[in-house]
Amino acid sequence: MNLCQNCNKAPATVHLLDIVPPDGEKRERHLCERCASEEGLTSQQHESINQILNTFIKKASGTKESTDLVCPQCGMTFREFRSQGLLGCPNDYTVFEKVLSPLIERAHEGATHHVGRSPNAGNIAPTKHSRLAKLRRDMKEAIEIEDYETAARLRDQVQELETEIQ
Amino acid sequence: MTIEELIQDVGAWLAGDGPYSDVVVSSRIRLARNIAGFPFLSKAGEDERRQIFRVLTDCIGDMDLGRDSLLIDIEETEEINRQVLVERHLISKQHAEGEGSRGVAIGAGEQRALMINEEDHLRIQVLRSGLQLSTLFEEVCQIDDTLGQCVDFAFDQRFGYLTACPTNVGTGIRVSVMLHLPALKLTNQLEKTFRAAKELRLAVRGLYGEGTDAVGDFFQVSNQTTLGKTEDEIVEHFGSDIIPKFVQYELAARESLLKDRLSMLDDKVWRAIGTLENARTISSDESLFLLSHLRMGVSMGRCTSVDVSRINEMFLRTQPAHLQKLQGRRLDGEERSIIRADYLRGMLGIDSQN
Repeated sequence: MNLCQNCNKAPATVHLLDIVPPDGEKRERHLCERCASEEGLTSQQHESINQILNTFIKKASGTKESTDLVCPQCGMTFREFRSQGLLGCPNDYTVFEKVLSPLIERAHEGATHHVGRSPNAGNIAPTKHSRLAKLRRDMKEAIEIEDYETAARLRDQVQELETEIQ
Repeated sequence: MTIEELIQDVGAWLAGDGPYSDVVVSSRIRLARNIAGFPFLSKAGEDERRQIFRVLTDCIGDMDLGRDSLLIDIEETEEINRQVLVERHLISKQHAEGEGSRGVAIGAGEQRALMINEEDHLRIQVLRSGLQLSTLFEEVCQIDDTLGQCVDFAFDQRFGYLTACPTNVGTGIRVSVMLHLPALKLTNQLEKTFRAAKELRLAVRGLYGEGTDAVGDFFQVSNQTTLGKTEDEIVEHFGSDIIPKFVQYELAARESLLKDRLSMLDDKVWRAIGTLENARTISSDESLFLLSHLRMGVSMGRCTSVDVSRINEMFLRTQPAHLQKLQGRRLDGEERSIIRADYLRGMLGIDSQN
């Protein structure tokens, strides 16, 4: 593998064909991930959970309403959660639900509901939510491989199940 | 059983056997749980911590954790022994260094470790050698169900099992697999492999989990998403898709080394053996690095004088706390390096008197 033309250290994994004005001269460039990213040529890789938490929490904390939230059971404030990243008690999930939900969605690939095991439920029968989650994933996959017929059928099933749940 | 007895053996999960054991060192599944009606630990006072500790140890005490199980009150445990537990991967560094009432219950063969009052009230962990995720999943569910009959876990219809950190909410499951990837490293393909892992939303960490460096080409790969997928899906995806792919990449890299760069490969392996058999002082990092090359040589059939389980034992016993237990006293860095070198020469069959 060739080395990055810029730093000569890391392997070149980003390959570019530049058309340089004014005479449209073609120029090939081979860069490593880091140099390419520093030049703004590629987007950053996936954010870590902490980055997501931090950016999100900073944004959410901008609104006065959310910083003032406080759990009557454990006394945790949203401001405190923001600084330490840990909640104070199970009830915080209810008190902070509005501000927590988008954060949780981001940290869990867009998921909004639990679909797995539950205490004392025998833990076998799939819930409606888990069926819904599976249908949505299948639909997304169908769209990705451009199988629109299947996707349309799955969309109808998703809508049906959504009405049932509501 | 006591820690002193525990230390005589090497955990069964380090046996070096099980499916894909050329590449997969060990598998682990943990579930995060909290008891309903108590605050999470950040808001729990010492009284409440103690109550949680008592409730959980009572429940665990009623369970059969297997022969030679051991319940450890970490507050009451000397620092060196806490460090031993960290080196054996039974508790996290954070748990060893934390404060207040906390503990760990260890099951037979060190294949179960239930941490009490770590980040969550309870973290049920099960471990096995090689890639054995379905077995582990069955086992962890059984423990979860048994304990669930003894205490009520905090659970919410929408968010599932409630955890102190929202990144664990839902199933509270973390599946992690320890991989040995020396050939990907030698062929400069690690970065590419990890990029693929990140795209699959997996976390890649070093030998001792969160916040540790990758030493000796060992990496822990684990899931980050815990909500919106069933435990089965997560485990299945890991066991049948993700890990076999990593294994396949590593084996392909090993093949290419055997085919095209045999001398370079043998040189690494035999230099490692040469140093391990002859060094009179050796640091922890250097020994990890060389033992990794030795393990590679053994897994690839380039050297047969020692087996993987013995190498795993050397990995464990050359760690600082284990060396000090072996000597029965505190050792400074320089002394440790000397004792470590003595121990390695002994293990590799060279007379350590000279």
